Amino acid sequence: MTTKSLPDPLIRIKQLNKQYRMGGETLNALDNVSLTVNYGDFLAIIGPSGSGKSTLMNVIGCLDTPTSGEYWLDGEEVSRLKDNKLAEIRNRKIGFIFQGFNLLNRLTAIENVELPLIYRGVSAKERKEQAIEALRKVGLEERIHHRPVELSGGQQQRVAIARALAGNPPILLADEPTGALDTKTGKEVMGFMKELNALGHTIVLITHDPGISEQAKRVVKIMDGKLSEEEGGQNEFLTSV
Amino acid sequence: MNFLQAFKMAMKSILSNKLRSLLTMLGIIIGVTAVIALVAMGQGATKSVTEQVQSLGTNLLTVNILGRGSANTLKVNDAVAMKDKVEGIQYIAPASTQSTSVKYGTTSVTVSVVGTNADYALVKDYKVATGRFLAQIDLDVYQKVAVIGSSTATDLFGFASPVGEYILIQGTRYKVVGVLEEKGSSMAGSNDEVVMIPETSAERLFKSKGVRTVYVQVATTEQIDSVVTGLETELSGHFRGNTDSYRVFNQSDALSTLTSISDTLTLALAGIAGISLLVGGIGIMNIMLVSVTERTREIGIRKAIGAKKRDILIQFLIEAMVLSGLGGLLGIGIGVGAAQGASSAFNMDIVFSFNIILIAFCFSVGIGVVFGMFPANKAAKLKPIEALRFE
Repeated sequence: MTTKSLPDPLIRIKQLNKQYRMGGETLNALDNVSLTVNYGDFLAIIGPSGSGKSTLMNVIGCLDTPTSGEYWLDGEEVSRLKDNKLAEIRNRKIGFIFQGFNLLNRLTAIENVELPLIYRGVSAKERKEQAIEALRKVGLEERIHHRPVELSGGQQQRVAIARALAGNPPILLADEPTGALDTKTGKEVMGFMKELNALGHTIVLITHDPGISEQAKRVVKIMDGKLSEEEGGQNEFLTSV
Repeated sequence: MNFLQAFKMAMKSILSNKLRSLLTMLGIIIGVTAVIALVAMGQGATKSVTEQVQSLGTNLLTVNILGRGSANTLKVNDAVAMKDKVEGIQYIAPASTQSTSVKYGTTSVTVSVVGTNADYALVKDYKVATGRFLAQIDLDVYQKVAVIGSSTATDLFGFASPVGEYILIQGTRYKVVGVLEEKGSSMAGSNDEVVMIPETSAERLFKSKGVRTVYVQVATTEQIDSVVTGLETELSGHFRGNTDSYRVFNQSDALSTLTSISDTLTLALAGIAGISLLVGGIGIMNIMLVSVTERTREIGIRKAIGAKKRDILIQFLIEAMVLSGLGGLLGIGIGVGAAQGASSAFNMDIVFSFNIILIAFCFSVGIGVVFGMFPANKAAKLKPIEALRFE
C-alpha cells in the first residue's frame, strides 16, 4: 500500500463526546475530542488507565458509537451507523491488533488470518492466497498450519498482525500491542510496526507506556477524556501527507 | 459468509469437543433410535397380523353354532343348503374339528382331525401337493379316506410317500389320498398339522351329528354385508329366532379392528419416542447456551473483525443443526440395527418405512433449529466490546 496524497485525512473526529451513566452520575469518558489522522501517519495515543483511551479506541475502531459529535473515517461519516453497517466498516477499514492477541485457539494460523476475509465474502482460493501473503509479510510463512498454542507470544502477535493486514485495511489499530509480551519481543513487534508504517500503513497505537509511544511519529495524550497533542519522538517525520 | 463455510466452522467446533458433542447428541440419538426401532416393530406387527388374517382366506365368513337347548349343532345338509338360499356364497364348508391321535405303524401324533367337504380346501386356501383332496362322493358313500397336512406327513411318514398308505384314526383305518402343500402357521396354530376326512365319516368316527363351524367364502368383497345378513336370517329361522345360538364372524371386520389396534399402538410408541426427541432438543439448547457463554470472547473477536449479527446467528444455528442432524443420522443407523437385532432375537417381523426415516431425520434437524434459535440469537446479540472484555 502506498501513501495516497488525498486532501481528506483518514480520520477526522470533531467534538466527539461519549457519556456513560454510572449509578445516576454521568461520566464523560470522552469530552469534546477532536483528532485528525492523515494517511501514512503513525499516531500514538497515550494515557493512564481510566483516562478514556479505551473508549476512544473503541470509537475509532467502530466497536462503539459516540454520544455526540462527528467521526469521518476514510471519507465516510460512521458515528451514526447501525451495528451491521459498523461490522462491515470494521471488516473493510480497520485491522485490529489487540493486547491479548485475541486469536481463536481452535484455528490454525492461516485460518485465523482468513477469518476477516471469510466475513468479507472472499472466495476460498483468493482468501488463501491473501492470507499466505499476509503471513509472509510477518515472516511466518513456515508456520501457517500451527495453532496459536504452538506459537510463541511474539509469533502469536505477528499472526494477529497478519490477520489485521490480510484484508488490506487503510488503518491498523493497535491496543497495547506489546502489553502481553516481554521487553525483547515487544521491541521486535514495535520495530515491525515501524516497518509497516514505512511501507505506508497508517497506524494508530494506544498505550500507557511512554517508552512505546515515543517510537511513534506523533503522540497525543489523553487525560480525563480530553486530548492534548504532544511532540513525539520522531516528530521530524510528521509531514507525511 | 455462505452456508458451506458455516457448515465447515460448525464441524470444526463440534469435532474440537468430541465427548461433549456426543453427549449432547445422545438425547437425539436415543430419541431417533426409539422412533425408528419402535415404528419398525409396530409396523412389522401390523403386517404380520394382517398377513395372518389374510392367510385364513379373503372374503371369509365364519359361522359358529353355539346352539339352543339340545340342538347345538347344524346338520351338514342344512349348512350346505344355505349356499343356494343366500346369494353371493361362492363356497361353503361345514367343519367339525377334534384333536385326536393319528397313528401310522408305530408312530403316533396328535393333530386336529377335521371332518369337512370338498369346498374346505378352496375356502381355507389349501393346495394339494400330491394325490387329491376330498370329493363330494367321499361324503356320499362314507369313504374312509384322509388328506393330511405337510407337517403331519413328515411326522408320520418321514420322506416316504404317504399316498395310498393307511393310517389309524382312533383305531379306524383311513386311506391317505392326498398331501397338502405347506401353508405356515396362523394365530390358531399350525395349519400343516392337520388331517381332513369326509364330514360324514367324521360324524361316525366322533359319534356326533352335525357341525359347529361353517366356513363361507363370499364371491366378492362388496357382497360380504348382504351375505352376512342372509346367513343371519337363515340361521335365525333355523334356531327359531334365538339370535344367541349362532354367530357370524366377519374376517374383514376382524382385520380392520386388528389393524387399527396395532396402528394406534405404533402411533403411541412413536409419540413416546417423539417425547424423548423433544428432551434431546432441550439438551442441545442447554449445551448451546453453555457454549455461547464459553465462547463469548470468540464471538467478540469475530464481531470485531467484521462478523455481522447474521453471521454469528447462522454459525450457532448451523452448529445446533449439525449436532442434532448428526444425532439423527446416528440414531437412524442404531435404530435400524436395533430393530434388526430385535427381529432376529425375538423372531419378530419388522418393516422399515423410508418415510418414517426421512421424517425422523427432518424432525431431528428441525429440533436443532428450534432449540438452537434461542442460544444463537443470544450469541448474535452480544455487544462486541463487552464480549471482548469477557474473561
